[in-house]
Amino acid sequence: MSQDTLFDKVWDLHKVSSLPGGSDQIFIGLHLIHEVTSPQAFGALKDKKLKVKFPDRTVATVDHIVPTDNQSRPFKDNLAEQMIETLEKNCLEHKIRFFNIGSGNQGIVHVVAPELGLTQPGMTIACGDSHTSTHGAFGSIAFGIGTSQVRDVLATQTLAMNKLKVRQIWCDNKLSKGVYAKDLVLHTINKLGVKAGAGFAYEFAGPAIHELSMEERMTICNMSIEGGARCGYINPDEKTFSYIKNKLYAPKNEHWDRALRWWESLKSDENSIYDDVIKLDASKVEPTVTWGITPGQSISINQQIPLLDELSPNDKLVAEEAYEYMSFKPGQLIKDTPVDVCFIGSCTNGRISDLRVAAKVLKGKKVSKNVKAFAVPGSEKVATEAKQEGLDQIFKDSGFQWREPGCSMCLAMNSDKLIGNQVSASSSNRNFKGRQGSPSGRTLLMSPAMVAAAAINGKVSDVREFIN
Amino acid sequence: MKSDFNPPIGKISNINGQCISLIGNDIDTDRIIPARFLKCVNFDSLGESVFEDDRKTLKGKHPFDLEENKNASILVVNSNFGCGSSREHAPQALMRWGIKAIIGESFADIFYSNCIAIGIPCFTLPKKSLEEIQNYCNNQSLLLEIDLKNSLAKSKDLNFNLEIKESSRKMFLSGEWDATATLLEKSSLVERKYKELPYIKFI
Repeated sequence: MSQDTLFDKVWDLHKVSSLPGGSDQIFIGLHLIHEVTSPQAFGALKDKKLKVKFPDRTVATVDHIVPTDNQSRPFKDNLAEQMIETLEKNCLEHKIRFFNIGSGNQGIVHVVAPELGLTQPGMTIACGDSHTSTHGAFGSIAFGIGTSQVRDVLATQTLAMNKLKVRQIWCDNKLSKGVYAKDLVLHTINKLGVKAGAGFAYEFAGPAIHELSMEERMTICNMSIEGGARCGYINPDEKTFSYIKNKLYAPKNEHWDRALRWWESLKSDENSIYDDVIKLDASKVEPTVTWGITPGQSISINQQIPLLDELSPNDKLVAEEAYEYMSFKPGQLIKDTPVDVCFIGSCTNGRISDLRVAAKVLKGKKVSKNVKAFAVPGSEKVATEAKQEGLDQIFKDSGFQWREPGCSMCLAMNSDKLIGNQVSASSSNRNFKGRQGSPSGRTLLMSPAMVAAAAINGKVSDVREFIN
Repeated sequence: MKSDFNPPIGKISNINGQCISLIGNDIDTDRIIPARFLKCVNFDSLGESVFEDDRKTLKGKHPFDLEENKNASILVVNSNFGCGSSREHAPQALMRWGIKAIIGESFADIFYSNCIAIGIPCFTLPKKSLEEIQNYCNNQSLLLEIDLKNSLAKSKDLNFNLEIKESSRKMFLSGEWDATATLLEKSSLVERKYKELPYIKFI
């Protein structure tokens, strides 16, 4: 059993009681909600005649269903309009802070909370969304929950949970040029498998992680869940503190000094005990692309799609399903696969640094005429910053469409969808069957820089050939 | 889909029903319920859309479309079932179709907690036993009697010792899987915790 890790310290601090069945009652310090997984939870509160216990600990925004072309109200899609109206009504009724479209602070919930300084080290954070693991980049314990658990957090500010085990993923050396956090996390999931994280929290550590910016760290923790770990985190350091400083909800004045001292004390101790430790060499990671229907089915840009015989018995079943669905032949190169749609955005890679990196590749180049390409900033703040830097113009000049903030084609709950069996190069997090809106649509996950390179060439390309 | 849907309430100790086998590893929640069906403010009509895209692709041959499975209530799956999104819509859709318990090699963490929170026990069995059940289901209907108290599954021809997390088993037997009431009992401790936590004053 793990001891003295950040996870242990934060868990113990938030434990309210031991429940009769043996699980723990855990206090949730920050609860984030959005329009998709909260309406039924508010409905259940009403049925049970319960109130929101601490409205000041819940924050709302709207992201999954918002259109990214025209956000004027009412939305064209009646169901989407009904969902945003329900959220507006629930927040008003229960006095919950809501960052609506046009507030300047709306966006994908996992982009918004960090950029507002709501996400801080040492907190427990829950949200009805599996990518809540993103917030672990700040040294918080953050995980996705379902709607009944959203109800429980609203009503009690606590959850019934079993403590997770802790696996440290130690990343040695550093990433080479043209290789990004996305490549590292795809590589990690490939090495460990998509279910290895069940029952675990992942602590990402080591020189390669230390080197990453906060936004890159968010990309890593964001995709912990794709490796089966509902919670991923990184010990906070100077980069964490300076990212938070002066944000809207960051501790101020004397609170800042107190916060810093406390945050420093949270790090996993040098002699802390882990349930498991895995070591990876980050310098060996190359630009990585998924070829299948799980985020674990990935290869380096110059590799061939694995043969059935090269896979472990457990991976064969899904591999066969993937060859057929993706129309790939075992042994085929991933490089030069033609793409129809290029999507840059999502809670994984829709932040300002992602747009900067893609814009650098796109500057002075044109998107292939066979490709529909669009960029969706992760939040209104990201959009504003990008415009101030002229990034939107670089995207538009290259032939990319520049959209309004939202989750967009990561999960295609708005009108941004693949059509038929189109192939997308996507900076998002899931390549599941049908994930991007078409039941036969095919998704290749990669870094935003790689998406930009694919957009220019109209096929999967090595971004290192674009950056010198 | 069953028209007379009643959500489970209170103690759950026995589940008797016909098995429905669904073969495949890493079946994600997007497949269980595609995202377009999440555009709703209640769960009521999700049952009919469970596995919508997979069912359309298989044109009536999907296990959830087969006539002989229409009254099944115990789903038998393989490994990492329910991976991906945290959408409770996935187990809600299964439950509204008629599923009352799931047996598999392994489950994704969030899916598993969602199942507990709505009263669907999830049991694990070794790969070999699952293959045995799934092969059996291929040829004939398998009626299982699940006894949660002793973690046993019995049928005419097959018997298994099921595995389930001890905390989950206890919660089903006591009715505390519906956690809100239990969590509310400790209200004063929760208020104390709120005052104690260093960061509450920060925001």
